[in-house]
This record gives sequence, structure tokens and C-alpha cells, in this order.
Amino acid sequence: MADLATDAIEVREGVDRETVETVQNMGSYKYGWDTEIEMEYAPKGINEDIVRLISEKNEEPEWMLEWRLAAFRRWQTMTEPRWALLTYPEIDYQDQYYYARPKSMEVKPKSLDEVDPKLLATYEKLGIPLKEQMILAGVERGEDAGEERRVAVDAVFDSVSVGTTFKDELAKAGVIFCSISEAIREHPELVRKYLGSVVPQSDNFFATLNSAVFSDGSFVYVPPGVKCPMELSTYFRINAENTGQFERTLIICDKGAYVSYLEGCTAPKRDIAQLHAAVVEIVILEDAEVKYSTVQNWFPGDEEGKGGIYNFVTKRADCREARAKVMWTQVETGSAITWKYPSCILRGDDLSGEFYSIAIANNMQQADTGTKMIHLGKNSRSRIVSKGISAGKAQNTYRGLVTMHPRATNSRNYTQCDSLLIGDQCGAHTVPYIEVKNNSSRVEHEATTSKVDDDQLFYCRARGVGEEEAVALVVNGFCRDVLQALPMEFAMEAQSLVAISLEGSVG
Amino acid sequence: MLEIKNLHAELEDGSKQILNGVNLSVPAGQVHAIMGPNGSGKSTLSYVLSGRDGYEVTEGSAKLEGQDLLDMEPEERAAAGLFLAFQYPVEIPGVGNLTFLRTALNAQRKARGEDELSSGEFLKIVREKAKTLNIDSDMLKRSVSVGFSGGEKKRNEILQMAMLEPRMCILDETDSGLDVDAMRLVAQGVNALRSPDRSFLVITHYQRLLDHIKPDVVHIMANGQIIKTGGPELALEVENSGYGDLLSEVG
Repeated sequence: MADLATDAIEVREGVDRETVETVQNMGSYKYGWDTEIEMEYAPKGINEDIVRLISEKNEEPEWMLEWRLAAFRRWQTMTEPRWALLTYPEIDYQDQYYYARPKSMEVKPKSLDEVDPKLLATYEKLGIPLKEQMILAGVERGEDAGEERRVAVDAVFDSVSVGTTFKDELAKAGVIFCSISEAIREHPELVRKYLGSVVPQSDNFFATLNSAVFSDGSFVYVPPGVKCPMELSTYFRINAENTGQFERTLIICDKGAYVSYLEGCTAPKRDIAQLHAAVVEIVILEDAEVKYSTVQNWFPGDEEGKGGIYNFVTKRADCREARAKVMWTQVETGSAITWKYPSCILRGDDLSGEFYSIAIANNMQQADTGTKMIHLGKNSRSRIVSKGISAGKAQNTYRGLVTMHPRATNSRNYTQCDSLLIGDQCGAHTVPYIEVKNNSSRVEHEATTSKVDDDQLFYCRARGVGEEEAVALVVNGFCRDVLQALPMEFAMEAQSLVAISLEGSVG
Repeated sequence: MLEIKNLHAELEDGSKQILNGVNLSVPAGQVHAIMGPNGSGKSTLSYVLSGRDGYEVTEGSAKLEGQDLLDMEPEERAAAGLFLAFQYPVEIPGVGNLTFLRTALNAQRKARGEDELSSGEFLKIVREKAKTLNIDSDMLKRSVSVGFSGGEKKRNEILQMAMLEPRMCILDETDSGLDVDAMRLVAQGVNALRSPDRSFLVITHYQRLLDHIKPDVVHIMANGQIIKTGGPELALEVENSGYGDLLSEVG
């Protein structure tokens, strides 16, 4: 049953007609197939035993288990935040699986050659290279580009990391790139020092839940003065039904180091919503620079809003020391619900924080996303460029905080927030929070809202460009500032994704 | 080339009849001009022919080389060889002029079952054609029409026309907002494209454009109909004595 949408439908036992039809109607999401593979699940629901089980499956040391249990106890006292402009049914946290791993991953493969071919085939079908001689799908080699661009990949399938490429070559440069579960076992000193130091256990409801039950994710350490020799990436795939994915990523960029990191996500089409609550922590030391790019393409649900991923994510970068730099770029096209605010803590002096975002919500999707720029040190610069696109009956909210603390003198922020509406049944909202507590800092905020103009579409069509391509052209133009901020590997994928996400939004 | 028979059109909401039986035939290789007072339906005719939303054709037909235009989507009409140079070219922020041109050209080629042009071939051709229209590389890189002067916008329309190589070109008041020099450049661009298998329909208020683009036939349009057809001298007559006499003639 590789591709429900295109293949002849053979109704499996226990799958009702309605489900099949729902899935058939989910036209354009091209990653909606699933992999039939034998899985091993933890019992449904969440309690201390489940937390212990996850820790045990990952062969974790005692301190890690204690850390998880502390988070779990804390989480039980917390309530889910409801301040975002999102409407969704109550989530039953006891009615899902918190751990799902392919049976074949029970014995950890020593190398990618030992990984279950079904898993490898899954990533191949997604266009993700797990063989080092392959390059990312969609990346054309430039006509005169001398050096081939290589990308190291950590592939996470449901609750476990399947494998990581280029590990040895990266190790030669001193870069550690592995799954977080491996890092906990192999590099406990680094993990203990930094885990939870940017997003504390108690940070928010979803981050705390993640702290208790996270199963895998990626770990990166770039030593002082090292420019990471290739782009690093993690590809998250949710496959199992009724299963939440809780991944945790920790990136440490030591003094004077540099790394560019890419993240991609997809999931099969399911008619029941699934939870995804991730935490990403980035620590950036003196003179170091991190670029973090996301193309989030979780299954968005069908046209009536059935199914889809509920994406509650906490991402934060901590520029701890002088002249550190961070740049977040996100292209959010998937998920039924997006709740995500990649933030920058600008703690040292002379720092730079940037946030570029494209958020597309079509059909019944809802997105409440933005950033926080927290200026604590002197002479820092931050820049926010947000492009929100709403189509169908979707609601899209930019929510952003810019704060200049009393000590953050001579700092500047520039925010540009543009919303584009397609059709007359969707909504765009902008909720900026601005706090300035000193006299020498400057904060600028610009916001626009516009509609895809019939004149623009007609102009394109009169030149021979079909209607959907015309919409994509106009929207890509609207997003250009952000697309230009993406690494080449992602820019092309993002452009075509913009087109695909908006299919059926006109006419 | 273009055969329009008894074309009637009204606003989509039915509030107003604008074209009241237009009959027009433009043979291959000829340049026809349409002149007429404000509100006579000239621009509406160009929109109806190119397929803009908002109009309802109630009667009649329009054929391009025997193909029924009115049955086609705007992009299909373009691929069939129809081109409308807009009176007010539309701005598309963030979309580079070159990207736009290439997307349009390749979309048309694809629709006709031809191979897409490689970026090398495309660039070579576009640079050549841009040069003759005095369009510099900076203008090619800027977003479509954004921040263009009136003259630049119209020159850019002609560049698109030159690249897309249509069979039937409609120029909707291309002279509006142009100074004398810009008009000359635009006219040169159009004249360079004249050929035995390409026809033009030039919509204008003024004779002056027709000094540069010499028409074979001039039509006078009023109240949604062609009320008089003649040679180039008809344009001069209008220039000298206005539309009043002509209108009362048919009155």
C-alpha cells in the first residue's frame, strides 16, 4: 500500500470507506504515503513507567532518567497554553504512543549498510540521501560549480535515529554529529553541561513534555575555530499512527566556529491528528555563527481539516558571548496547527540575531508563529522578516516579541511583517509585542497586508503562465527576501513547496 | 489572422453592455488601428479578446487563425499567439523581470509542445533584444515593472512581445504616458517586429503614434461598434476635427 492517493484502493481490514475517501481526497501532499514496517510500541499513554521505558530503550545513564522524571513531575502540574490564535479539540495525552521504533532497529546498526532496506527505501523515496555519494534531491549542480555541495544527514524515523552520514569525515574536523541518544551515551559531559541550558525543563508545557519523553533527535558540537566542512541536516519522518514525535536537538557552536544546519519534516496522510512537540536548543559562544534552516512540511490535514500534525515546537538560540551570530530561517508549509517561535537570546555584546520566516496556511490550517528577540547585551542587532500567506479558510498569525533590556544599550531591531491573502475566507493577524527599557536602542516595526491581486494573475496569464503557476510566481515574489536567506539546498525545494502548498487555492 | 464577428459583451454583473456587435477582420501581416472617444469600448475589446475576468460575451465570435479564442483560457490564448501590451503594465514585486520572461516563454513553449529554452540560450536572446529597446541589464534584474518609469514599463512590454513572438499583437494605448523619445523607441521596437505572418491591432487616442507605426487600416469605434473604416487618412481626419462629425454622420 505504497501510495493511497494514486494506486488502486484495496480496503484493508479495519479501514472504513470514509477513511479511504478522505485519504483519496488529499490531493497534493506528495509525502503522504506510509512505510509498512514492523514496529515496536511502548504502551499507550504517559506515566513514569513510560518515561523509564524510553530512557531504558535508549540505554541512558541514571542522571538522564532523573532529569526526565523531574520534567515529567513538573509537567503534571502544568496546563496547556491557550493564548495562541488556534482552535483545536482537546488533546488526550493518554490516547497516544510516546515511543515507536522499527523492530529492525532493536539491535543498533553499526553502519548504514546494516540498516533495514525498507527504512533506507523510505528515505530514498523522500529524496533524502543516506548514501554519502548521493546529493540532496532537487539540488542541481551548477554549470560551473567546481565543488559538489555535500550534506550530512541524520535520519529520524518516528522515535529513533536510523543513521547519520559523513560521521567519520566530520570527526576528522573535530565536529561531532550524531543522534542525541548516542550523544547522551558517548558525550555525557557535553550533554549534561548544555541540555536544558537554553530551554529549561520548566520552560513551557510542551517543552516540559518533550523533556520527559523525547526519544531522539540530533546532536552537534563544533569545536573552537572550526568551520564545519559541510551542511548538516536532520530529516524527521513520522510514520506510525497515533504516535507523537518528540525530538530534541542540541547544537553547540564553540568559540569562532561556524555551522549551517538544515531540518526537514514530513509525515503520512492520516485522518487522526498527531502530536509533534520538539525542542531545539542552540548554544553559540564568542565569535561563533549558526544558521538554522527549516522546511517544515508535516501533513497539513485534508481540505476539511481532518487529520494533520499538531506542531508545538520550542526553538531557541542562546548567543552567550560577544559577537556571536544566529540566523533562523523557516519555511512553514505543513501541519494542521503550528505553534512555533524560534527565538534569539542576545546575551553577550555586539551580537546579531536574524529571523526569516515564510508561513503558508491553506485550507483549514492554522499557524501562530513568529519569534522572540531578547536583547540583554549591548550593541546588538536583530532583524525579523516574516511573510505570512493565507489561503482557503486558513488563519495565519505572526506573533513576535522584541525586548530591549536596560543594559542592552545601543541595540537595534528591525521588523518587517507582511501578510498576503488569497481568497476572501482566510485571515491574517499580526501580534507584535515590543518592550524597550533603555533610551539608546531603536526598534522599528513595519507591517503590510495585501491580497493576491487579480490584475497580477491576469497579467501573468496573458503572458501564457497558467493560473496556479501564476499564483506560485506572485507568492514566491512576495517571499523573495526570505527565500534568498535559505541555503541553496533548500531554496529550490522551498520554492516548489510554496507552489504545491497553494495548489487549489484559486479558481 | 483575427476575425471578430458581431461581438457583444457586457459587464459580468450584467449592469452594462459595452460591445454592441463589433465586426473586425485583420489579415496576416497588416497593422490596424482602432481609434475612438473615451468609453467607446476599445480597451474592453482588448480585454475580452485576451480573456480577462469581469466580462460576459453574449453574442458573436472571435477567432485567431481559425481557433475560437472565446473558448480558451487567457494562457491558452497567449500560447496560441495572442499578445496584449497593457495600457497599465502590472507590478509584480519580488519577481525578477528575467524570471518572469523566462517563465512565460517556457510556459508557452511547453503548451505548444516545444522544448524549454536553456538559461544560456534564453539569456543570449534576451540580451540582444533588450539592447535594441535600450533596456539595460539592471532593468532586466529588477522586479517586473516595480519602480519603472512610464517609458520603461512600455518598453518592457515590447521586450516581452519581442521574446514571445506572438502572431497577433494588441497594443492598448501603448502611447499613453510616453514622451516623444520614448514613443519613438517603442514604435521602433514594434516596427522591427512587423512581418508578413504577424498582425497588429493598435488602440490609441492619438494620431501621433500612427506617425511612427504606419497602419494599413484605421477603424473608428464608438458605442461599442466599429462605425467607420478607412485608410491612414482617417486618423488625420480625427486629429483635425475630432470625433464629433464622425459620430453625427452615423448618428
